[in-house]
Amino acid sequence: MTELTTRLRAVFVEALALDRSVDVEHLVFRDVASWDSVGHMTLVAAIEDEFDVQLDTDQVIDLSSFAVAAHMLTGLLAGVTVGD
Amino acid sequence: MPALDGRVAVVTGGTRGIGLATCRVLADAGATVVLTGRDAKVATSCAKELAAEFGGRVAGRVLDVTDPDAVGRVIRGVARDHGRLDIAVANAGVLGDALLGMITDDLVTRMLSTNVAGTIHTVQAAARAMMRRGGSIIVLASVVGERGSAGQTAYAASKAAVANVARSAAKELGRYGIRVNAVAPGVIETDMTAHLPADVLARRVADTPLGRLGTPVDVARVIRFLADDDAGFVTGQVVGVDGGLVL
Repeated sequence: MTELTTRLRAVFVEALALDRSVDVEHLVFRDVASWDSVGHMTLVAAIEDEFDVQLDTDQVIDLSSFAVAAHMLTGLLAGVTVGD
Repeated sequence: MPALDGRVAVVTGGTRGIGLATCRVLADAGATVVLTGRDAKVATSCAKELAAEFGGRVAGRVLDVTDPDAVGRVIRGVARDHGRLDIAVANAGVLGDALLGMITDDLVTRMLSTNVAGTIHTVQAAARAMMRRGGSIIVLASVVGERGSAGQTAYAASKAAVANVARSAAKELGRYGIRVNAVAPGVIETDMTAHLPADVLARRVADTPLGRLGTPVDVARVIRFLADDDAGFVTGQVVGVDGGLVL
């Protein structure tokens, strides 16, 4: 696990109040009750805070899994926009 | 201790009129204020003047609220630099008058892109910055958004939309402890009303039960109340500051 995915995992756990049984790295939108549309905005705000990045509206909509979030962040932190 | 001591506020369109008065009133109540304006020189000079008055607790940023990425960058930057954002005043707006047959597409676009889209961008960005600890967002509607006004169809439509931005966002953001309210000024003495002919202004005063034009400070004081914890159970409201004009 990279440093980015470790930090991202911690953000997911805290923002979505995930318990230990959740397979965070394979989590997909609506897999757990707390990742609904309301939890999604909390998660986005937490990711932006933790990584000091700004997600645009398309990215907010596209952020549909832990894997997508990690991929998106890799691009954002490298200074490039990452699509699907 | 002043009511807003330690709070951080951003005020869009904070370089003149109601926006500038709001910056002054919020800073006077103890808040750290970041004002924004489209003109970098004006924003810098307003901020410098207010910073001198309030011990450096005012800063300026250049911002065009029609650019959603820029709004996000500026508001996020304020929250990052100060470690929090408690108050956002979506004040930036434009006024455009035209009788129905003279309304151009350009006028409609300007009203909607600044007054409506600009307000939505600001609410969106502020909400994200406030999501973890709550906050208060105040948007600027208008009495004409409630009552309509001959010669101001596009402007009135845009301000009616702003009132509903407040109501809808309040419903959506309440669960995060974020309150969203609108103020609806009546006829206020600002640069935006200075162009009105004297007879029109006189008629407006005659229609106002309190018998005078409003001042930017009249509006700013209501904004300060809505920003404060004293209004902690107030959300989704459109508060008239119009001397009774709406009655």
